[in-house]
Amino acid sequence: MVPVQEVKTPGGIRAYLVTERTVPFLSLGFHFRGGAKLDPFGKDGLASFTAGVIDEGAGPYDTQAFRRELEDNVIRLGFDADRDGFSGHLKTLSATRDHAFELLRLALHEPRLDAEPVERVRAQVQADLSRRAKDPNAQARRHFYHGMFGTHAYGRPIRGTLETVTLFSAGDVRTYVSEALRKDDLVVGVCGDIDAATLAPLLDHAFGTLPAGSAWTVETAVPMAGPGLEIVEIDNPQTVAMFGHGGIERHDPGYQAAFVANHILAGGGFSSRLMEEVREKRGLAYGVGASLVELQGAPLWIGHVATSNDRVAQSLEIIASEASKLANGMLDSPELEDARTYITGSFPLRLTSNDQVAGMLVGMLTLDLGQDYLDRRNQLIEALTLEEVQAAARRLFHPDAMRVVAVGKPQGLKAAA
Amino acid sequence: MHAIAGLNPQGLVPPQKGLFHPATFHLGNGMEVVVVENHRAPVVAHWVWYKVGCADSPIGKSGLPHFLEHLMFKGTDAIPPGAFSKEVAKQGGNDNAQTSLDYTAYFQLIAKDRLPLMMQMEADRMANLRLVDEIVYPERDVIVEERRQRIDNDPNAQLHEQMSALQYLHHPYRLPVIGWMHEIQAYTREDALAFYDRWYAPGNAVLVVAGDITADELRPLAEATYGKVAPRGTPERVRVGEPPQLAERRLQLADERVGQPFLIRSYLVPSFASAGKEHAYPLEVLMEWLGTGGTSELFRDLVVEKGLASNAGGFYRGVSLDPTMLRVYAIPRPGVGLDTLESELDEVLARVVRDGIPADALERVQRRMLAESVYDRDSLMGASRYFGACLCSGLTVEDAEAWPERIAAVTVDDVRAAGALAFNKRHAVTGHLVHA
Repeated sequence: MVPVQEVKTPGGIRAYLVTERTVPFLSLGFHFRGGAKLDPFGKDGLASFTAGVIDEGAGPYDTQAFRRELEDNVIRLGFDADRDGFSGHLKTLSATRDHAFELLRLALHEPRLDAEPVERVRAQVQADLSRRAKDPNAQARRHFYHGMFGTHAYGRPIRGTLETVTLFSAGDVRTYVSEALRKDDLVVGVCGDIDAATLAPLLDHAFGTLPAGSAWTVETAVPMAGPGLEIVEIDNPQTVAMFGHGGIERHDPGYQAAFVANHILAGGGFSSRLMEEVREKRGLAYGVGASLVELQGAPLWIGHVATSNDRVAQSLEIIASEASKLANGMLDSPELEDARTYITGSFPLRLTSNDQVAGMLVGMLTLDLGQDYLDRRNQLIEALTLEEVQAAARRLFHPDAMRVVAVGKPQGLKAAA
Repeated sequence: MHAIAGLNPQGLVPPQKGLFHPATFHLGNGMEVVVVENHRAPVVAHWVWYKVGCADSPIGKSGLPHFLEHLMFKGTDAIPPGAFSKEVAKQGGNDNAQTSLDYTAYFQLIAKDRLPLMMQMEADRMANLRLVDEIVYPERDVIVEERRQRIDNDPNAQLHEQMSALQYLHHPYRLPVIGWMHEIQAYTREDALAFYDRWYAPGNAVLVVAGDITADELRPLAEATYGKVAPRGTPERVRVGEPPQLAERRLQLADERVGQPFLIRSYLVPSFASAGKEHAYPLEVLMEWLGTGGTSELFRDLVVEKGLASNAGGFYRGVSLDPTMLRVYAIPRPGVGLDTLESELDEVLARVVRDGIPADALERVQRRMLAESVYDRDSLMGASRYFGACLCSGLTVEDAEAWPERIAAVTVDDVRAAGALAFNKRHAVTGHLVHA
């Protein structure tokens, strides 16, 4: 299918590369294990703040000069932090490639953290947090993760709070960069107009002098809360609900079967059972779906629906009842075959641009799926039997164990005491 | 191409003519076809665009074209209700549709060898839609929930909707694409079918296919599917014209669900296809300089230098059949009032009208815009969206392909004239979103 090369540089950087010469540019993605999980206690949101501020001036370039180097050369560079990772992307025309890697190196090694951009990014984060504080989807997400994980790092807000964001200093950011962005936690994916011999020295230039070692502690079986219902009252015509419970580890032998089972129940597009029952037959919601979330040591199954306040109880009942049917083995071969054809047939559609391929390569390395994963993945799906998918559904779905967060003015839902 | 070669000091942008180099042809029944080749994967994006959108809603039935878009998945003689998307999925494809003020479009992204089946199915629903009440009315409930999810749950979206309604005194761009709630709740099956019969015909549609295919391969497939649909006249799109706008308009939306206030202003301006279109390319250049990114004039002045805003910018999308909106916005920092921010914003705009764009800034922005277009060539969906939207908005394929030359030809005087035309408060609506 798509030939993936492994690149291991003299400087100790590990990357997957797909050379693609159609258009003269490249996309690069990278991921450090850690992210918000490494936020110091009491400084929730530091990783995310760091991601927002290290590309606001570095080395000889103050913030406006740095922005101008990026914009004038149409180099796109950005960073982001999630619950268990700190990631970034770089996109550059072939003509400006060396300069692009230099700007990336500067951001990672010599961020200036001048007072103006630090205060500005702080104001931006505050504005964003203020907006999210009232946004029903953001509220549902925040309450769901907090309810599920409590004071564990996964239960803390990724972007921090209006209180913690006032605390961050340039020194905090420098400490995060030097302690959390370690070479052994890093993986890189590249797709575009470049070969391995040209890429390796550029990777070493950008990443090779990061500190060695790892800042990451592997966790297994992070504790999760049991079933429950939490209602967050706001004056909206609709209730936004998040529901879910524990999922399945990416390396579990049953993972692919569980993925297929979830696709049948609640996967993307119009063909899932939940879309059929909630939207198509009853007009209860515009969208409904669920997916497997791979949080290290705490895999999850999480879904989402938005229904008018007076009918949201009905939507949630249907969701539980459909999950229960599938868990009880209600699945025949034709429906499995349809799901299988979609999942295998649509896989190449996710690999039609450099950005998509680079993202996939980073994911493959982060989750340790192997260099031949793109070739192997559809074979894994093809090999699944009806019994394996039924067993995975039984293992995955536990409607009685669901946690639900409902944001709105839901009628007919009772919060647990 | 003279102009681009001239402004290429760093060799960043190779002299370039055209963007995607499509092939085009027409079928016997008047349907226009655009093919964009991209052979990196055995995949195609298959789109059919109808030149009708929510600005063509019958009076009192705002958003009806969007309701019809949903109903297009609800069955023909050959394909039962709900089976369309299931069949696409069974073939390993993704499908969806979208409606705007000017167009309604349907797509599948799918392996190349499944394209003939997709074309057959899409041609079938161009002519043979069958609707029954048991299917139509639950779907109307879906639209009600979609409106709540997109608009009524979100005061930001409500402000934008109210601003469009004020921006246009008469022209139907004042309508929300999804429709007003009381009109959605009154749609009937007959309304949808009458609209379908009136507007859905091959002569009013554009086929766009991007991906691993050539025009020579596509032509026989198109003739065997869309080519068999009987030609049928469709009305001219005649929309009521906008009278002169004489008075500045302002509104404040106060809601307890507002977490972060902001300020937004829109101006009525020409599109690439409307009267005054000679200002359209200069407006696009102007807004790239004024409102896009961390070195833009608005960001630099309001955010970096004065520290009054946490974010600021603006944008203009010229692909629109009739005069469109240019928008500028700013988000205040804590303790800064929207009125203070607004007067500083007005100062930046007044400076632009007075001084125009410096020659070196113009060259920088033009070079950047042309270089950015290299990235667009990597996306099947992006290329097909571009041609579909252009062709439904009064532009030709030649117009769409001439974009680099026309951007490169913009002069300092053009930008000054466009700024003076655009930033006139009589054409403006100013919106404040505040916490109740």
